Amino acid sequence: MDFLIFKAPMLMVQASLDGILLGILFALIAYGMALQWGVMNIINIAQGDLVILGGYIAYTIYLWGIHPAWGVIISPIIMFFVGWGLYKLVINKVVDRDLFISILATFGIAIVFQQLMNFIFGADVVVAQSEYGTTMLFDNSVTLPNSKIFSAFISVLYAFALVIYMKKSRLGRAIRATAQNARAAKILGVDTEKVYAATFGINAALCGIAGALISITLTLHPYVGLPYTVRSFMIVIVAGLGNLPAVAVSGMGLGLFEEFADYILGTEFRIGAVFLLLVLILVYRRFKLSKKREYLK
Amino acid sequence: MNKLAKLFVTFISAITLALVSFTSSFAKVEGEYIVLGSAISLTGKYSSNGVHTQNGYNMAVDRINKMGGVEVQGKKYKFEIIYYDDESNPKRAAQLAERLIKQDGVHYMLGPYSSGLTKAIAPVTEKYKIPMVEANGASRSLFTKGYKYLFAVLSPANQYLEVAIDLAVEKNGGKGVKIAQAFEQDAFSQDVRLGILDAAKRTGSEIIIDDKLPKELNDMAATLAKVKAVKPDVLVVSGHTKGALTAIRQISEMKVDVPMLAMTHCDAAKLSKQHGKKSEFALCASQWHKNLSYKDKFFGSGKKYAKDFQKEFGYDPPYQSAESSAALLVFKDAFERANSFDRDAVRDALVDTEMQTFYGNIKFGPGGQNVAKPMILFQVRCKGDDCENRVVAPTKWASDKFYHPIPKWSERS
Repeated sequence: MDFLIFKAPMLMVQASLDGILLGILFALIAYGMALQWGVMNIINIAQGDLVILGGYIAYTIYLWGIHPAWGVIISPIIMFFVGWGLYKLVINKVVDRDLFISILATFGIAIVFQQLMNFIFGADVVVAQSEYGTTMLFDNSVTLPNSKIFSAFISVLYAFALVIYMKKSRLGRAIRATAQNARAAKILGVDTEKVYAATFGINAALCGIAGALISITLTLHPYVGLPYTVRSFMIVIVAGLGNLPAVAVSGMGLGLFEEFADYILGTEFRIGAVFLLLVLILVYRRFKLSKKREYLK
Repeated sequence: MNKLAKLFVTFISAITLALVSFTSSFAKVEGEYIVLGSAISLTGKYSSNGVHTQNGYNMAVDRINKMGGVEVQGKKYKFEIIYYDDESNPKRAAQLAERLIKQDGVHYMLGPYSSGLTKAIAPVTEKYKIPMVEANGASRSLFTKGYKYLFAVLSPANQYLEVAIDLAVEKNGGKGVKIAQAFEQDAFSQDVRLGILDAAKRTGSEIIIDDKLPKELNDMAATLAKVKAVKPDVLVVSGHTKGALTAIRQISEMKVDVPMLAMTHCDAAKLSKQHGKKSEFALCASQWHKNLSYKDKFFGSGKKYAKDFQKEFGYDPPYQSAESSAALLVFKDAFERANSFDRDAVRDALVDTEMQTFYGNIKFGPGGQNVAKPMILFQVRCKGDDCENRVVAPTKWASDKFYHPIPKWSERS
């Protein structure tokens, strides 16, 4: 059974495509995390729960008889205001404190969100149906759900839109200025309070899009947010802050790595392998840093 | 004088304390009520099944009380249950069990929802020698620890899908089959897996894929790609409702053709409702189905139970509710046979239980598990977009014929 992947080359194609498509979706969530981490220096533990809430919004419109794909437009709009409100309510009180306080605060938000979603939507696992069908390649030996292709496409679309927005728009420039130096930005007349709120809102909106896509590709449950937080955290750690191409590459890389780890090491080590990779990367980074310091001395 | 006053206060409080503890230790039977206790998941991740469990308990309590209650030493008693919300948290459940026993003076317990929480409570009830009849903890490890006060009305987890392997072998002309399996890494699913391993050994079948899915995982694409490559005779999946929903979603999207697909938790996942036609032909293990022909005098038949339950709670009873109702019937029967409220007498009566309920026959094995009731398998069948679960095995209760092999995706509309 071991190394089946080397006996059947088509599996390699399947695994690569699965990994990349899923990786792009994770990269979108990670991009939101990187953005607000970079701007506000907050590690948002509730990231995954915002994703799931976004998914439930898409699921709700699906229950109303609207196609769940509309969720990728409706969900970010609602989630933007959720993010904005969350900033005004909680985050603005912890934004200039140390990292530990913000982790605690967002951890608390995560728990409240989980319980609220459980209360409103119930503890059942739910799925929304896109009925997008399947693309078959290589004489039906590689199958790709169109919903996954759709979700990767939408993720890329939104990511590009955001990059352009950040470069061209007034708010985008203000966000970047605040990320570089909040005090200087303030002196030059940037309303950093507003920038922070908008950043948190944009992050929540990105989570909303990802959630809507997850509702049609995977499954939703009030308590499955944490794995998304952990994955996006890892992608950001690997890619660094404020570097979209690196986030995209690192997202896809992690997706690929996970799929191949599944085939080679076994499904039970799939997530373990990703964590091992994280540890190795952190050790390597430290090693590199320490070398640099010596050189500087 | 001051000293005397202090002494007096101490004396009074000592007496009050003694009185309180005295009354609470007799709280097991208050007036005409037999008080049972249960920690149950009303919030948290098990809350939907927790509520099914509670509804099942309440339904049986009402019915038994209405039909004359429990007769012990010529006097009629009624059931009453003290519930606490365990928040789906094992630690909390164990604390609450302790509180029920020590503070509320409960002497008879009903189980919580899920194997994990039952495992947390069982050591407590065992320590205080409190008989517990549970209806929602199926993990095999509950019945191998030598617990003396634990009784389960349901079949243990390792029996869930054994029948499916037997069925596959039967369809293969008695020869062993090739099995692909994917199980979540939790106590329950791993017990189901052990059952499959036993069945494979017994029938000379070969396990060609044996994936253990991490709990956080909600993507089975890699496992299914492997399944596509090696073409097994039967695919077995168990990972609670998430596993069932993920499997059907990805099997249909990736067009994975297998002759037979066996799963757990289809009804809890509302598989046929959420996935419709995509879930057709899936074979599901269940503890109970309303069409089974078991009978008792309280609920009549399964069908009647389902009708009454629907009327009272507004939805079709899942097996979690049915088995919970059965737990109360077992307690009533044991109290009447013991003809006493002595815990050990009740416990001994429970050991000798041998009865039929609308839910199935109940007789406890040496580990406390129910050995008199087989698991059943139903298959999802659809007419147009309308899908329902039909019992196909064991043959004694089968209302429909088992459809085998599953048609290829290219032939399905």
